[in-house]
Amino acid sequence: MAEIIESKIKMKKEFIKGLWKEHPILRQLLGMCPALAVTTSAINGISMGLAVIFVLFFSSLVVSLIKKVIPPQVRIAVYTVIIATFVTVVDIFFKANFPQISRALGPYLPLIVVNCIILGRCEAFASKNSVLVSLLDALGMGLGFMWGLFLLGSIREILGFGSLLGVKMMPPEYNPLIIMILPAGAFLVLGFLVAVMNRLELRIKN
Amino acid sequence: MKNLILIFISTVLVNNLVLTYFLGICPFLGVSGKLETAFGMGMAVTFVMTLATSISWLIYHFLLERFGLLFLEYVIFILVIASLVQIVEMFIRKFSPSLYQSLGIYLPLITTNCAILGAALFMVTRNYDFLESVVFGFSGGIGFSLVLLIMAGIREEVNYADIPYAFRGAALTLIIAGLLALVFMGFSGLISS
Repeated sequence: MAEIIESKIKMKKEFIKGLWKEHPILRQLLGMCPALAVTTSAINGISMGLAVIFVLFFSSLVVSLIKKVIPPQVRIAVYTVIIATFVTVVDIFFKANFPQISRALGPYLPLIVVNCIILGRCEAFASKNSVLVSLLDALGMGLGFMWGLFLLGSIREILGFGSLLGVKMMPPEYNPLIIMILPAGAFLVLGFLVAVMNRLELRIKN
Repeated sequence: MKNLILIFISTVLVNNLVLTYFLGICPFLGVSGKLETAFGMGMAVTFVMTLATSISWLIYHFLLERFGLLFLEYVIFILVIASLVQIVEMFIRKFSPSLYQSLGIYLPLITTNCAILGAALFMVTRNYDFLESVVFGFSGGIGFSLVLLIMAGIREEVNYADIPYAFRGAALTLIIAGLLALVFMGFSGLISS
């Protein structure tokens, strides 16, 4: 009985950690390239987040299932091929069903292949843990990544277009800050978000 | 010739891979602490990126396109890059131990540098011919090195400043990158397209 409770606590911990304590974007600074590039609007952030969750979930599943069979010398190459396969699936799915989103995400959808979050979770977690725990870890990290993208996308969309998810948020006399949509704005907003995160962490610790 | 020079200038200054396409941000934030390491990383990336775009171009046009295997694009490209990095590493270790000493530790990291795969994908979507792809790969690497070196130079100076706790480390680096991107926007009128 005690064992079951203990494993439940462990599972919860592995799931929660990606959402806040080890947040992939704001704490570990992983997967920066899509995080900065596609977050010109909140909806792009969500679609990218969903694509990453899908790839992360299934790559972790496959890696944790076949972890004993992979020869350690070529493991990174094997992980990359597994990830690239699932990315191809997502890419073709988006192209067929949501051509508009596929165009907005551009080359950043195929670039999920080299997203360090996914390779990082496969190498650091899924290759060492059981299937169920790996899946929870993947879901937690994926959801953490998605809320990070959503937050970044929302801030940039509100300041840069004066709208959120396409709905007008600002009074008509608001003059949109074009810089927020440009690359420079992405770096600045993320820089300040990381700073806010550091500040909050310091306050929690004290 | 003219379009090759235009590709070079546009890729290095106007549409810098790091500051306008956000490719290779991980090493940009990770190894920009010291000028010396930044230089090593920049050279390694330039080398691999030039080779990767050339070989990917050949494989894309002579294998994938001819046999209708375009859905394998991503898998093949990433395999090309990973094996290329491995071969380059072995080659340099054998023939130039001193170069290996300075580049060695960065080579494995390059496989997951999204700038390399990104350059290969851009080369396909922009329909470059072979020579243009080689120049594009080379200038992409030079652009990456340039920004990495500027960043390392700034960060070496910033180390002496008294920075508020919350902004230490990554936060400040990102804000500096934002300001750099603003500066590079000044080049955007350089080429009228």
